[in-house]
Amino acid sequence: MLLKQGLEVSPTVNKKRPVNLDIGTFWLPITAYVSILHRASGVALLAITGLLLWMLDISLSSEEGFASIRAGLTNPWLQLLLWGMLAAVAYHLVAGIRHMIMDFGIGESLEGGVLGARLVLVIAALLILLAGVWIWL
Amino acid sequence: MAVTNVTSFGRSGLADWVVQRISGVVITIYLVFIVGYLVAHPGLAYAEWVALHRCFWVRLLSVMTILSFAAHAWIGMWAVLTDYVTVRLLGPKATGLRIFLQFGVIAVIITYVGWAVDILWGI
Repeated sequence: MLLKQGLEVSPTVNKKRPVNLDIGTFWLPITAYVSILHRASGVALLAITGLLLWMLDISLSSEEGFASIRAGLTNPWLQLLLWGMLAAVAYHLVAGIRHMIMDFGIGESLEGGVLGARLVLVIAALLILLAGVWIWL
Repeated sequence: MAVTNVTSFGRSGLADWVVQRISGVVITIYLVFIVGYLVAHPGLAYAEWVALHRCFWVRLLSVMTILSFAAHAWIGMWAVLTDYVTVRLLGPKATGLRIFLQFGVIAVIITYVGWAVDILWGI
């Protein structure tokens, strides 16, 4: 792991030498960003689930409620919000599937982990693109 | 003897690990089903939408999904809160704040479960 703020190199062992545990000063590998995004999207999904439940509630409450959800989804800002919600769902799902594939011992090496992380980003981006196509086309 | 922690969901980290995966699979099945249905029915009418949710199997899957969500969200939020809302990162008040937030998470989850059951049986 590369450090932006390296340890001082000294020929003699300095017992008071600094130990860098401040995660904010490290260059993080792609696997770390994929993991952090998995957590962040998960926290966001706690709120997003409430919005989806609210939409389900209104859409099932009455004919008028159903029509109001359909009408609401033609509003560009609400479409953007829905896209963001679906993006969080899609990303979290893909990163979760990677976890389960790794549970079977696949992609656990350093190279495998990096490849898996790249695949998560590419597949999630593809699904988010498809979600956009679904909303706007 | 396994290390236990009253704040985790199961009685051990292993139980949490298993529950997180099973619940994840259930939620995935629901998502694939509901998104697949909506994509296949672009001109969906209210009557069809209601009929779908009155179907026994859809209700069963929906209830299993919201219960899976409850477990999944609790385990996930526990992992995040115990990692970041810590004394090391935020100082001595972190423990109290974390417990407060964890109660908040429980309140939100219980509300969602009750709400979902109310939606499904109110139609």
